[in-house]
Amino acid sequence: MAYTEEELKKELETKEYEYGFYTDIESDTLPVGLNEEIIIAISKKKEEPDWMTAWRLEAFKHWKEMEEPDWANVHYKKPDFQAISYYSAPNKKPKYNSLDEVDPELLETFKKLGISVDEQKKLAGVAVDIVMDSVSVATTFKKTLAEKGIIFCSISEAIKEHPELVKKYIGTVVPQRDNFYAALNSAVFSDGSFCYIPKGVRCPMELSTYFRINQAGTGQFERTLVIADEGSYVSYLEGCTAPSRDENQLHAAVVELIALDDAEIKYSTVQNWFPGDKEGKGGVFNFVTKRGLCEKNAKISWTQVETGSAVTWKYPSCVLKGDNSIGEFYSIAVTNNFQQADTGTKMVHLGKNTRSTIISKGISAGKSQNSYRGLVQVNSRAENARNFSQCDSLLMGNECGAHTFPYIEAKNKSAQIEHEATTSKIGEDQIFYCNQRGIDTEKAIALIVNGFSKEVLNKLPMEFAVEAQKLLEISLEGSVG
Amino acid sequence: MLKIKDLHASIDDKEILKGINLEVKAGEVHAIMGPNGSGKSTLSAVIAGKEEFEVTQGSVELDGDDLDEVAPEERAHKGVFLSFQYPVEIPGVSVTNFIKTAINESRKARGLEEMPANEMLKMIREKSELLDIDRKFLSRSLNEGFSGGEKKRNEIFQMAMLEPKLAILDETDSGLDIDALRIVANGVNKLKSKDNAVIVITHYQRLLEYIVPDFVHVLHNGKIVKSGGKELALELEEKGYDWIKNEAVV
Repeated sequence: MAYTEEELKKELETKEYEYGFYTDIESDTLPVGLNEEIIIAISKKKEEPDWMTAWRLEAFKHWKEMEEPDWANVHYKKPDFQAISYYSAPNKKPKYNSLDEVDPELLETFKKLGISVDEQKKLAGVAVDIVMDSVSVATTFKKTLAEKGIIFCSISEAIKEHPELVKKYIGTVVPQRDNFYAALNSAVFSDGSFCYIPKGVRCPMELSTYFRINQAGTGQFERTLVIADEGSYVSYLEGCTAPSRDENQLHAAVVELIALDDAEIKYSTVQNWFPGDKEGKGGVFNFVTKRGLCEKNAKISWTQVETGSAVTWKYPSCVLKGDNSIGEFYSIAVTNNFQQADTGTKMVHLGKNTRSTIISKGISAGKSQNSYRGLVQVNSRAENARNFSQCDSLLMGNECGAHTFPYIEAKNKSAQIEHEATTSKIGEDQIFYCNQRGIDTEKAIALIVNGFSKEVLNKLPMEFAVEAQKLLEISLEGSVG
Repeated sequence: MLKIKDLHASIDDKEILKGINLEVKAGEVHAIMGPNGSGKSTLSAVIAGKEEFEVTQGSVELDGDDLDEVAPEERAHKGVFLSFQYPVEIPGVSVTNFIKTAINESRKARGLEEMPANEMLKMIREKSELLDIDRKFLSRSLNEGFSGGEKKRNEIFQMAMLEPKLAILDETDSGLDIDALRIVANGVNKLKSKDNAVIVITHYQRLLEYIVPDFVHVLHNGKIVKSGGKELALELEEKGYDWIKNEAVV
């Protein structure tokens, strides 16, 4: 442990990764490895009801029979799933009424992240449910939300307090056996967020959760469930930063969104896990399953800014089940150095008059590989389905790659599907033009990249957009010599 | 203000400028004319500090400082402005956002605070009126889908906003119709003062009817082969560049 600390200090000094630090909070960690006993232990530690334990065990059974997928355009050394500890929680059980009671070291962590709860409290309209190493340690604005009947809490709490809702919806959009990582998550998920918006309620504030991986050698398996009941609206923000780690870390989250009739969910993500160093050493493996289900007239918008992780495997998708439902996907994926990203979306049109929009912006620098992979599927009963897809790639330098894999399956003749794609390169002439106007090269790249990403950045809530813009700049620092 | 001494510059080991001498004082307008390939655009790029060009001999001085090791953006901060012959497109970055960034970067370099928004807006309004620029134009992506005339007008708009000490107009007249030419030239004339200087690089005499130079230099084969007053431009127009070429040979 001391060795790791030493190394991290060194990394901090070089400031290569702004959020690379390590908080020394005593943790309660289960032994490494995965078997039924471990799963039962996790469930027990979390004081879960029997049905939840059984659900986890069932997922584990599926997982054992599955193989890690290898169709994505990424190359990495497969993690040893028996060498991972599947549970870690801060030891001092936190139940605070005010910030004064919170572990000062934890507060320090938040400060380094630039998201001190203090600040967040002042930031009008933002309730933060901070998830650090799997257990939710601080929840604010709960009262305001409770008045509207909105439930916003950790998933563990929801399992205890609102079992009927969790039981009804968990695994309905992403089944246990959906894919290898989703099955793993279903078996071992440690914590995550739960959100329920009652009928006809418009959530008065942006809901946000910050995830952090903090314990060396601990995988993070977040589980998020958002349910927007009929005619309701919610905007949910998820921001991720992780401390530097020398060995690769696994992150396999599952997010399920359910938008019932006439409901709308806007789900925004900024992902900034440790991408590995300049030589491609270390970094987070980010294998995420995110999917939303739209009932009649419902709408789900995914907006993501992906700048981190060594390997990203992520396809936030929409199942447009109800007639007239709408799915949207707006994405910026930045890869630098040796990062690899294979990301995109699936739009599954089942209902009549369903519409989907896909705007994907890939930015590759260094020796990175950036792939867009998207599927637009129109079912035979989906009359008048429409899709518009636009995939733009921006290349910096000569050693990176941009790839586009669009798949279209249309089984209904009335479908209208459009796909546009462009690839461009930041040119020396553009840089010189900016230089000549007094703008240095780093700033020029930031300006060009922000311009390129504008359509997606515009979809983010205001405070997130500013943060995302900064992240783009940090991620691409030093990418042009 | 600007002193160029025996300047030699090459690209990919090919020498383009072969010993340029030129002095520009505050308040002056210099025109540099010459046939295609004589090195006009290279000269402007070298003054602005474009790194593909290698200065092999001689020097460029601004206010007594040698610019040799000075980065292009620092030259801009010192007050060098180049109106590009072919301005580049930057999709998604509005004219306003671009100029705001440019102004604030220069201010930062001078140790000043960012320009307050209301001041910036006022300045944008004034300068766009001066150049007859539609406000809608300012929210468009920089140079994307602009006509030739719009691009050049945008260059002069940026010049007006940045208030440079030394402005180099590289073929600003190319691609302009007569009305646009007049607007651009008017703009340049209004911005002229005893404290700044302008170098007009042009192939034709046309622009010089509107921006009247104090000196005219003829560039041929990487050298200034003839200098004179504004009447030299007329003489060139009449006799053509062959006259200079022949004279240079002699």
